[in-house]
Amino acid sequence: MILSRSRYWLYLPLGLMTVFYLLPLYIMLSTGFKSFAEVDLQSMWTLPTGLHFENFREAYVQLAPSLVNSLRLVVPAAIISAILGSLNGYVLAKWKFPGADIIFPFILFGMFIPYQSILIPLVQFMRAIDLYGGIPGLVLTHVIYGLPITTLTFRNYYATVPNELIEAARVDGAGMLRTYWNVLLPLSIPSFVVVLIWQFTSAWNDFLFAVVLTNPQNWPITVALNNMAGSQIIAWNVQMAGAFLAAVPTLLVYIFLGRYFLRGLMAGALKG
Amino acid sequence: MRFTRETALGAAMVAPSILALLIFVYGFIAWSGRVSLSNWRGLTPNYEWAGFSNYTNLFSDQRFYIDVRNTVIFTVLFVGGSLLLGLTLAILLDQRLSGESFFRSLFLFPMAISFIVTGVVWRWLMNPAPGSRMTGLNLLFDRLGLDFLINQWHATPQWGIAAIAIPAIWQMSGYTMALYLGGLRSISDDLREAARMDGASEIQIYRHIILPLLSPITLSAMIILGHISLKVFDLIVAIAGKQLPLDVPAIYMWTTTFDGQFYSRGATIGILLLLSVAVLVIPYLAYTMRTEAEI
Repeated sequence: MILSRSRYWLYLPLGLMTVFYLLPLYIMLSTGFKSFAEVDLQSMWTLPTGLHFENFREAYVQLAPSLVNSLRLVVPAAIISAILGSLNGYVLAKWKFPGADIIFPFILFGMFIPYQSILIPLVQFMRAIDLYGGIPGLVLTHVIYGLPITTLTFRNYYATVPNELIEAARVDGAGMLRTYWNVLLPLSIPSFVVVLIWQFTSAWNDFLFAVVLTNPQNWPITVALNNMAGSQIIAWNVQMAGAFLAAVPTLLVYIFLGRYFLRGLMAGALKG
Repeated sequence: MRFTRETALGAAMVAPSILALLIFVYGFIAWSGRVSLSNWRGLTPNYEWAGFSNYTNLFSDQRFYIDVRNTVIFTVLFVGGSLLLGLTLAILLDQRLSGESFFRSLFLFPMAISFIVTGVVWRWLMNPAPGSRMTGLNLLFDRLGLDFLINQWHATPQWGIAAIAIPAIWQMSGYTMALYLGGLRSISDDLREAARMDGASEIQIYRHIILPLLSPITLSAMIILGHISLKVFDLIVAIAGKQLPLDVPAIYMWTTTFDGQFYSRGATIGILLLLSVAVLVIPYLAYTMRTEAEI
């Protein structure tokens, strides 16, 4: 780029956009750290006088059970999805059975459907197999509807692994499963991170499945937070602190593993 | 391709997943389709044949018209806004300024949090209370002397749904920025250099060379954001609850099914939503698969 000093003006729009993106974060944190006495809708924008934790403590007391529920949901959901996605991706990239390329787009379509179109049968089905209301049913739901994206991510990755590597393993007498275990699996650790983060984030942030499939004692954080925000009894400052608590786990993942998070996002646009 | 022992083993390995999707996606869609052709109203399933009456009733339903109108307004503003903002940010960041990675991470962080969190925070930012009870962004505008910006947000008569597009753009524009930035980075500097040699101004280069090269990305982003927009649900619920002026098909489906026990109508809305998404996504999938096969 030849433009030199005149480029400093570019920081002006970037600065304005920074304010736009940070406003909600500012309001969440500044309100969260105010003492109960300072909280007033008319002084929403002033900074807290000190770091008070009453709001966070109050929100935590309210939301702790649902935070635990969310953890019980996302950990198994992410792990099972990643394992299945990896096996599917391996077969669909390297051991294509006749018709595999025809099936693949039908698998992918599953990640775009509006879940409203399967919600009624899903509820009926979960009731029939006695998984309605609890966390295991929700885990199963997230695993199944996560299959398209996890399969896609792994398939795209395994497709880039040279066939010679597989041939070499074959020459050494390794069969299909041994080749997976010894060659492909170790290579695809980064893809595992991508998929685990992706499934962790989408299960943590999901609202629709959770609100339809769980009963109140199994509510994950999104449902509990929305319920808290809709109630007239709980003050807005506690809601802000609660929103922050609900955002922390995925934000931490984003801050520390952002690179992998971005790769997951891009896979969702199909062109990995 | 031939059927060896190993491809058979492969097929057996993916069979459970394929079977699960066959049931949970295609089987359930067919099941919903069947419910939409029934008279199921009430807690106990009732598959009595009703033909297309649920569809014709829905098309003459005032509430459904509000939903369609809201979806159209929301989609145009949300998709248009996210594309425009994302492209602007990507072009700004493509100037290789220092601090680029900081800004990139900053613009993308809302993607990591849920629509519910976003909605809970924005419901206070976009609080429509007037006068002495004024708060949120309106209060900020008031303090900054920007009174002309004070408005009723999602409580604006007729156009409340437009306000919902603001937090949606806040959440998703980082995504379009990342898509565009990836595209911009794949355009070689030689191309720009050659255009400069020919005397093209920076603006002409963007207008005539770079933007046309980015059009496949615009198309992908429109489809991804478009299908998110058709499904919008949690964001509206978290900001405003379930209220008629801000109703969309996904909320109508939810309330009529699970609050009103009108299952056949709920299924009808679900199927119509599916069809609208399919019109967008199927050509896109076909196109992606074809270009992939050519590579």
